[in-house]
Amino acid sequence: MSRRHWIQAWLLLLPAMVFLIAFTHVPAVTTIWNSFFSTPRGRRPSVFVGLDNYERLVADPVFWKVLGNNLWFALGTIPISILLAIVMALFVNRQFRARGLVRMAYFTPTVLPLIAVANIWLFFYTPGFGLIDQILGWLGFGQTNLLGSPDTALPALMAVTIWKEAGFFMIFYLAALQSIPPSLTEAARIEGAGSWRIFWQITFPLMMPTTLFVSVNAVINSFRMVDHIFILTGGGPDNASSLLLYYIYETSFRYWDTSYGATLTVVMIALLCLIAIGQVFFLDRKVHYK
Amino acid sequence: MTGFDRHLQTFGALILAALWVLPLAYAIWTAIHPAAYEAHFVLNAPLTTDNFVKAWNAAPFARYFLNTFVLVTAILAAQFILCTLAAYAFARYRFPGRGFLFFLVLLQLLVMPDILIVENYRMIHSLGLVDTITAIGLPYAASGFGIFLIRQTFLTIPTELDDAARIEGAGPLTILWRVYVPLARPTYLAYGLVSVSHHWNNFLWPLIVTNSVETRPVTVGLSIFSTIDAGVEWSVINAATLMTSGPLLIGFLLFQRQFVQSFMRAGIK
Repeated sequence: MSRRHWIQAWLLLLPAMVFLIAFTHVPAVTTIWNSFFSTPRGRRPSVFVGLDNYERLVADPVFWKVLGNNLWFALGTIPISILLAIVMALFVNRQFRARGLVRMAYFTPTVLPLIAVANIWLFFYTPGFGLIDQILGWLGFGQTNLLGSPDTALPALMAVTIWKEAGFFMIFYLAALQSIPPSLTEAARIEGAGSWRIFWQITFPLMMPTTLFVSVNAVINSFRMVDHIFILTGGGPDNASSLLLYYIYETSFRYWDTSYGATLTVVMIALLCLIAIGQVFFLDRKVHYK
Repeated sequence: MTGFDRHLQTFGALILAALWVLPLAYAIWTAIHPAAYEAHFVLNAPLTTDNFVKAWNAAPFARYFLNTFVLVTAILAAQFILCTLAAYAFARYRFPGRGFLFFLVLLQLLVMPDILIVENYRMIHSLGLVDTITAIGLPYAASGFGIFLIRQTFLTIPTELDDAARIEGAGPLTILWRVYVPLARPTYLAYGLVSVSHHWNNFLWPLIVTNSVETRPVTVGLSIFSTIDAGVEWSVINAATLMTSGPLLIGFLLFQRQFVQSFMRAGIK
């Protein structure tokens, strides 16, 4: 029985594991391997260069710039998205006439391609005749160039990201709110607690697992979502709005420096693993998966 | 809650909703009106479908749509088959290496093919598949997320059903197909919606591995169309943008409840 049983199980797993390993685990390992070699150029083959690529990485101001951008991007988008998501969930968790429409309005950006979203927002940001400038013009202000100036390019991308993500996170909070027994809040109300106090002392703590789950997802997304950069800023001006994955793309597929691209990818994998370790320590203690 | 509070909350909800639909509403406004009304909001502005016609004729969108459709369907079919088989093994078999293999599956939730673009390109290149629709789909054919999600559902199915089917003489694949798959239908719907919208929207990887009209999906087609900008009007770009998101958007509006529940189900498990 058992030998046949094992073979059956392995056969069931085989097709999926072949694809998983070929396109996730093998590339992850060869990424690390290739980061110790030089990029083959013309007739010069790839040679072992030890830590050269890493030395270059440490000395590369653009790398530090995009890493910092990624950090600001995460800090600027995640708390606001989560706050908005909670507000949205509280809004649509009650009965009122336009509830279905309102929920739809919040969630719609989630189903749009990020490329399409970027195109739509480009209309707001374009200097001169974008909607923001038109409105400022009516109010008597001068032209802006939000995407073209180093101080505002990244925040402009953040706004787009928040718009796209808040509604997505909302549905998790909605699920969390619906799983809180109404008797808890009713009891608190009978005791004379106000809405504000009920939220902070009952609702918010009970939603903590959701907040942690959403945060981890949001952090991973902040490394993955770069499509809008292609349309809105191209990483500029002067890398002010470039993120790590976008820099990996530029290095590997615009300058075809694949070894350095691999080295940058190693940093990305390391960061994601750190997040995973953090998740094991903070999240899994509070959330019990079934 | 007092009546005043209630009204205030409803008011807030509506304001935020208005703010949230504004970008999309503005895109729709420019797409269905002549260019002269781009920033001129009057109720009697004439409606037009010119922008859509122009966009449709200015780039091979029909082909892009076909490519995306083939891509999304193929990925979904591959994921359903591969993930179902693997999920069944993890849910109902005990075998050596189970824990380790499941760890490898979960690892893909974190280190996704999305970020391994450099090495995956090398792999696709060595297979001679650059610039094919197959190349876009291959890295996503097996999904760690899909295996995990379907396994979670399979675990909730009572084993008595297996035993009953086995007594009737059914083999493992028959049991899987006749008992497990039908009972997991809501999970398949949820996963299907998430997968389709994810791959419809995917951009970076297709951008890297495609370079011809015959293989490009709509997202890449749209980005090329809107960045060439040899004097293409805003309203036409907006029409193209809406067109490429249209099928998903219409699907979402029709099946709103299923969409929201699917994303929720897919996220929480």
